[in-house]
Amino acid sequence: MLQFILKRLGLALLVAFTVSFISFSLLFLSGDPAAALAGETASGEDIEALRRLYGFDRPMLVQYGEWLFSALQGDFGESYYFRLPVASLIADRLSVTMTLGVCGIVFALLTAVPLGVVAAIRPNSIIDRVALFISVAGQAMPSFWFGLILIVVFAIQLGWLPPSGTDTWRHFILPTIVLGYYAMPAIMRLTRAGMLDVLNSDYIRTARAKGANERRVLFRHALRNAIIPVVSLAAVQMGFMLGGSIVVESIFALHGAGYLAWESIARNDLPTVQALILIFSMFYIVFTFLADVLNAWLDPRMRSS
Amino acid sequence: MITAGTHDSLLDEITGPTPGQMLRKRVFGHQGLLIGAIVLVILTIIAILAPWIAPHDPYAQSLMTRMEPPVFLGGDWEHPLGTDHLGRDYLSRLIYGARISLLIGAVAALISGVIGTAMGVAAGYFGGKVDAVVTFLINVRLAMPVVLVALAVVAILGGSLQVVIGVLGLLLWDRFAVVMRASTMQVRRREYVAAAQVIGASTPRILLSEIMPNIANNLIVVVTLEMAHAILLEAALSFLGLGVQPPTPSWGLMVSEGKNMMLFEPWLVLIPGAVLFVLVLAINLMGDGLRDVTAPENRS
Amino acid sequence: MTEPLLSVRNLRLDIPTGSGTLHAVRGIDFDLNRGETLCIVGESGSGKSLTSLALMGLLGKSIKRNADRMTFDGTELTTASQGQMRKLRGARMAMIFQEPMTSLNPAYTIGDQLAEALLLHRKVSRQQARDRAIELLEKVGITAAESRLSQYPHQLSGGLRQRVMIAMALMCEPELIIADEPTTALDVTIQAQILRLLHDLGREMNMAVILITHDLGVVARVADKVAVMYAGELVETGPVADIFNAPSHPYTRGLLRCIPLPGKTDRGAKLGTIPGIVPSLVGEVEGCVFRTRCPHAVAECRGEIPKREDGSHAFRCIFPDGKRHSEKELTV
Repeated sequence: MLQFILKRLGLALLVAFTVSFISFSLLFLSGDPAAALAGETASGEDIEALRRLYGFDRPMLVQYGEWLFSALQGDFGESYYFRLPVASLIADRLSVTMTLGVCGIVFALLTAVPLGVVAAIRPNSIIDRVALFISVAGQAMPSFWFGLILIVVFAIQLGWLPPSGTDTWRHFILPTIVLGYYAMPAIMRLTRAGMLDVLNSDYIRTARAKGANERRVLFRHALRNAIIPVVSLAAVQMGFMLGGSIVVESIFALHGAGYLAWESIARNDLPTVQALILIFSMFYIVFTFLADVLNAWLDPRMRSS
Repeated sequence: MITAGTHDSLLDEITGPTPGQMLRKRVFGHQGLLIGAIVLVILTIIAILAPWIAPHDPYAQSLMTRMEPPVFLGGDWEHPLGTDHLGRDYLSRLIYGARISLLIGAVAALISGVIGTAMGVAAGYFGGKVDAVVTFLINVRLAMPVVLVALAVVAILGGSLQVVIGVLGLLLWDRFAVVMRASTMQVRRREYVAAAQVIGASTPRILLSEIMPNIANNLIVVVTLEMAHAILLEAALSFLGLGVQPPTPSWGLMVSEGKNMMLFEPWLVLIPGAVLFVLVLAINLMGDGLRDVTAPENRS
Repeated sequence: MTEPLLSVRNLRLDIPTGSGTLHAVRGIDFDLNRGETLCIVGESGSGKSLTSLALMGLLGKSIKRNADRMTFDGTELTTASQGQMRKLRGARMAMIFQEPMTSLNPAYTIGDQLAEALLLHRKVSRQQARDRAIELLEKVGITAAESRLSQYPHQLSGGLRQRVMIAMALMCEPELIIADEPTTALDVTIQAQILRLLHDLGREMNMAVILITHDLGVVARVADKVAVMYAGELVETGPVADIFNAPSHPYTRGLLRCIPLPGKTDRGAKLGTIPGIVPSLVGEVEGCVFRTRCPHAVAECRGEIPKREDGSHAFRCIFPDGKRHSEKELTV
C-alpha cells in the first residue's frame, strides 16, 4: 500500500510541475510583464528599467527556475496590483473558496444520492423520469444564468436570501446551490446505475434469504457497495469545483480565490495568476489522489491487490 | 402455396431484420434523440439563414430606441423582443448569436476532436511508451484549471472569435483522448485486427479500415458532448468579459450586458440564457440518444 | 403419522411476458418430513430453482405465485406476511445458491456476514455470534476457523466460499435447508465433499434437505425421496429405491438411460439420449407436456392425464405402467 501511495505521489508532483511550467510559459506569451507592471503612462525607459530590475530580460528557463524555487518555499512573489505577497493574498481568500466547495459537494451528494437510490428502486417510474430529467437539465444549464435567476427569484422577488457578500451563513446558500448543482447529474446517474447493478447481485439475494428486512438490504448491503465509485467521483468533482468557483464567486461577489483569479487576470497581475493556477491544479491532484485512496479503502478487493 | 407476399415474409423470418432496419427502428423509437436532433437542426437552419431571417442588423445602434420592452410587455412589433441598452434589436442579436455558439461549438469540437482522437488512438494502438506519454499528458491537462487558463490566455491574446475557438480547441481534447484510447484498446484485441496484421496490412491501413469504423460510434457521442461543453464554456468566458468581445452578439455576452438591468428588464438576462439552455439540452439529448442507439448495453 | 414439515399442493408460477403468460410451474405437489432429504431432479429450465425460490418467498415481483397449500410446520406460506416470512427465512428455512463466487457481499468480512445470519434472529452478543460462527466453520470442515473470520470473500476459493454459505445457512439451526445446485459451479473433486457434508449435517441435525440437482449420481447417493421435474411439472415422485429400480414415467426412464449406473448398465452399451427440446411454456399447455419427445406418445396424450399412485410412488401417464403396448399411431 505504501508503495502505491509513493508512486502516485511522485506522479502527481510531476504533473503539478508540468502544469506550472506550461502556465508559466503561457503567461510569458503576454509579451511584456514589465509594461503591465509599469502601467499605461510609463515611458519606454521606465519600462526598460523595470525589466532589468525584475529580471524579465533573462531567459525563460532561468526565470521559471527561480520562480519554482521560491514557490516551493511558499514564496509566490508579490502581486503587481496589491503590492502584497501573493501567498498571503491567496491564503486569505482560500477559506471562502474551500467552504463554498465543501458545501457545494455536500449539497450535491445530499440531493443526488437519495434521488439516485430511489430511482434505482423504482426504475422507469415517475420519480425515475423526474430524476433523469433533472440530471439532463442540470447538465445543460449555464451556471451563470442559473445563478442570476436564483438571485432574481430568491433575493429580489422573494427577499428571502441576500444577493451578495459573505457576512452570514445565509450568504452561502445560493452560491452553494449554483456550485453544487453542476455535480449533481453525474453523481445521480452513477448512484442509480450502481444501485441497479448491485441490486441484481447474488449477495443481495443471499441477504434476503437470511431474513434481512428491505431497509437493511438496501443500505447495509446494496448502497455500501454501490457508493464506492460515487465517493471517488465526488472527490474528483471537488477538484473541478474550483474552476466553477470563478463564475459563482464573481456573480455573488464572494471574496474567494476564484474571484481573485478573475480580478488578477483582468488586471494582468501575473504572479497572482501563476500562483493560482498552480494552487488550483494542486487541489485537483490532491482530490483525485484522495479519490483513489478512498476507493481502495472502501473496496476490500482493491486493498490486497 | 407460396406467393410473392409469403415469400418475402418467409425470407424475413429466415434472415431477420437487417442491421440497417434495426438501427432505423432504434433511432426513430428514441424520443430524446429525435427531439434533440430536430431542435439542433432548427437552430442550425436559423443560424445559417440569419441574414435573411433577422429583422434588423444586429450591430445597428440607435440611441433613440434604447431599452424598449418586448412585444409581450408593451412593445411593438418593430422590435419583437425589444432593444438593448444601445438600441440594437434584441431578436436579431439573438438570431446572430446562434451563429456564434454553433460555430464555436462545432469548430472547437472539431479541433479538439482531431487532437484528442489522434492522441488516444495512438496510445491505444501502439501502447508502451506512446501510451505512457499520452496518459501523462492527459493527466496534466486534467489537472489544469480549464476556466482559469482559458481566461488567462484570452486576456493575453485578446478576445476574439479566433482566439476563443483556438483556446477551447486546444484545451478540450481530454475526453476525446480518454475515450478513444479506451475504445482503441478494446478493439485492438479483437481478432480481425490480428488477422489484418498477419496478412501484412500496413499500420495506417489497419487504423483506417479496422480500428476507426469500430470506434466511430463512441467518437460521435464524444463530439456532441464536447460541442455542448465548448458552447457553455464560451458563454461563461464571454459572460466574464474574457471571451468574445462586444459588439459581437454572443449569448453569454448578452447575459452579461443585461445583468445590470436585470431587476427591471429581466428578459435581457432570461432570454439569451434560455436559448443557450435549449441548444445545449438538444445537443446533450442527441448525444445521449446516440450513445443509447449505438450501444444499448451502455444504457444506464 | 406425524404431519410433514413441508406440504405443497398445486403450486403454480406464472410469468407475464410480451408474448403471453409463461406457465413456468404448473401444479406441483410434494411433502417433506423432518430429517428427510428430497432431491428435485430435472434439466435446466424445468422450474426447479423457481420452485425453491417460491418456497422461500424470494421470487421477483413480476412472478405470480399461487398454491392450494404451501405449509411449513403449520404456517401457510402463501398467506404469510412479509414480516412472518422474514422471521422464517434464515432462521427456520435456509437456502444456499449455485454461485458461491458471487453470493457473499464483497465489502464485509466472513465473520460479519456469518454473525449477521444469527444476530438477525436471536438476541445474542456479538461474541456469542462469533463463537457460533467459529463452531460452524469447523463443522463444515474449514481449518483455522478463527482467522477466517476476519477474511474477505475474495480471499477464499469457490469451494471454501460454498462451505461458508453452508455454515451461514446453519447459524440458526434451521429445520429445512434448500440447496439449489450447490456444487455445479465447483470442481468435481470438491463436489463430492460438499454433498457428503450436506447429507451428514442433515442427518446429524435432523434437518430436512431439499437438494436441487441435475446429477442423478448425486441423487442415488443422498436422497430419501426423489421428485422428477420436467418443464414445470412433477412427472414422477417417490422413494429413491422405487425411482431407480422401477422408474415408471418415460422421462425418468430416459434420464436413467443417459447415465451409466453401476450394476445396471452393461459394458460397451450405448448411453441413451432423449431426442427433441423442451416445448415453449407460453400460453396453455395441452395434456402431457412430455408428449413431444416421448417414444410412447399417442393421441390421447393431449387430453387429461391421470395421476397414478402406488403408496408414496406417484407418476402422471396415460398408460398404467408408462409404456404403450398396442399398435396405435404415433402422433403428437
